[in-house]
Amino acid sequence: MPNPFTPIIQGMKITLSHLFKKPITLMYPEVKPKVAERFRGLHALKVSHNKAKCVACYLCPTVCPAKCIRVEAGEDENHDKFAAVYEIDMLRCIFCGYCVEACPVDALKMTGEFELANYHRKDFLFVKERLLEKK
Amino acid sequence: MDNVILGLPMYYYVAMVAKVLVAFVFVLLSVAYATYAERKIIGHMQVRVGPDRTGPMGLLQPIADGLKLFFKEEIVPGESNKLAFLLAPFIALVPAFLTFAAVPFGNTIEVMGYKIPLQIAAYYDTGMGKVVDLNVGVLYILALASLGVYGIVLAGWSSNSKYSLLGGLRASAQMISYELAAGFAIIPVFMLAGSLSLHEIVKAQEGFRWFIWSNPMTFVGTFLFYVCALAEINRTPFDLPEAETELVSGFCTEYSSMKYAMFFMAEYANMVTVCAITATMFLGGWDGPFSSTIPILSPIYFVAKVYFLMFLTMWIRATVPRYRYDQLMSLGWKVLLPTALCLIVLTAIAGSLGFNTFFG
Repeated sequence: MPNPFTPIIQGMKITLSHLFKKPITLMYPEVKPKVAERFRGLHALKVSHNKAKCVACYLCPTVCPAKCIRVEAGEDENHDKFAAVYEIDMLRCIFCGYCVEACPVDALKMTGEFELANYHRKDFLFVKERLLEKK
Repeated sequence: MDNVILGLPMYYYVAMVAKVLVAFVFVLLSVAYATYAERKIIGHMQVRVGPDRTGPMGLLQPIADGLKLFFKEEIVPGESNKLAFLLAPFIALVPAFLTFAAVPFGNTIEVMGYKIPLQIAAYYDTGMGKVVDLNVGVLYILALASLGVYGIVLAGWSSNSKYSLLGGLRASAQMISYELAAGFAIIPVFMLAGSLSLHEIVKAQEGFRWFIWSNPMTFVGTFLFYVCALAEINRTPFDLPEAETELVSGFCTEYSSMKYAMFFMAEYANMVTVCAITATMFLGGWDGPFSSTIPILSPIYFVAKVYFLMFLTMWIRATVPRYRYDQLMSLGWKVLLPTALCLIVLTAIAGSLGFNTFFG
């Protein structure tokens, strides 16, 4: 019969040694985790020359599997096409990143922002102003 | 103060009330902070931090938990046996606190010329010039320890739930079989001390002649009793009655609010009591350096020993996984009980051959 005490004593030694280790807990609300470079969080519309790069080509709402993007094209003073309306419904978004892949003008990216909880449904609708890249 | 009531001087009653208050508050606070300490210690043993949100370092956690449970809805299952269901938490909790009455938590101290032994069920008899305490203290403790199981069995049965019933059944089988071994494990102690009174048992160990190292039989007995005690209070390697992974929450599955809190308190109060008994029986009770000459030090030693043993239970909880039911039974009946019986016989043989303890 194997000695029944040694495994218990060994285990107790290990737990005791862990007692004096520094906890690996991330003190979350105070300390934010470092997200990976290619993390797919909240979208951002890239800005160039003080306006969104988006040309309202409708590729992103077309490719979106969750159908959460709504774009409406408009015409600016230079007769260029631009996104008059650009909305992403974050309640439907599945963070697949297809919209970013599809974008022909590299106008869309995904940020490391992941704290998207909110109190009202309407707060999950991200309109263009909320999506514009923060510099 | 020289008034005599029912043949006993007035100060006896005053001292008694004071001792009851002190011991009760000590147990209650220990129970509250044992939950916190357990979560902290096990947390750090798992390289986590444990509770730290309520107050500095989470020190208000027990109060927050208590308040939360207090304000929760009281649910009584419709098909339960109402009387037994309501009574069970009290039956579980009361013996846990009552046991402390016989435990000496300090040497005899002198207050305003009166000698007061720090033990609830004891007084200093000036006529005989010695401390008189419950002369069947050990028996009293064993009796109350076996009462605790009724609360759990009643809770399990009256809930009218399969999980609860299974928990209650397990509790009854487990507690009854381990009580036997625990009872036998302390027989060598009072064979050596020559008394069932806990005061006498501590006196026999005074001056570092603690039973844990004064005799090989009681050395084994210490561990034996401690393991059995863990099983009796449903602590982790033997927490089958409330095995979360199998029985939801065992006997207290259907309980909520304050009644659940009472089972929780009973568990931790039992832990304090059992550690206090182990300390008294085997670790010399309140004995320590200078405890005889400076009696006020003695409660400190006692509390230190109790807290050390409680730390040990938490340490074990962080380490040892739960026993399987058949392992539990075979350990109890095939290992611990025969070992305890052997200890009694060996102590008796050694005693009759003239060997009591290493200290004579």
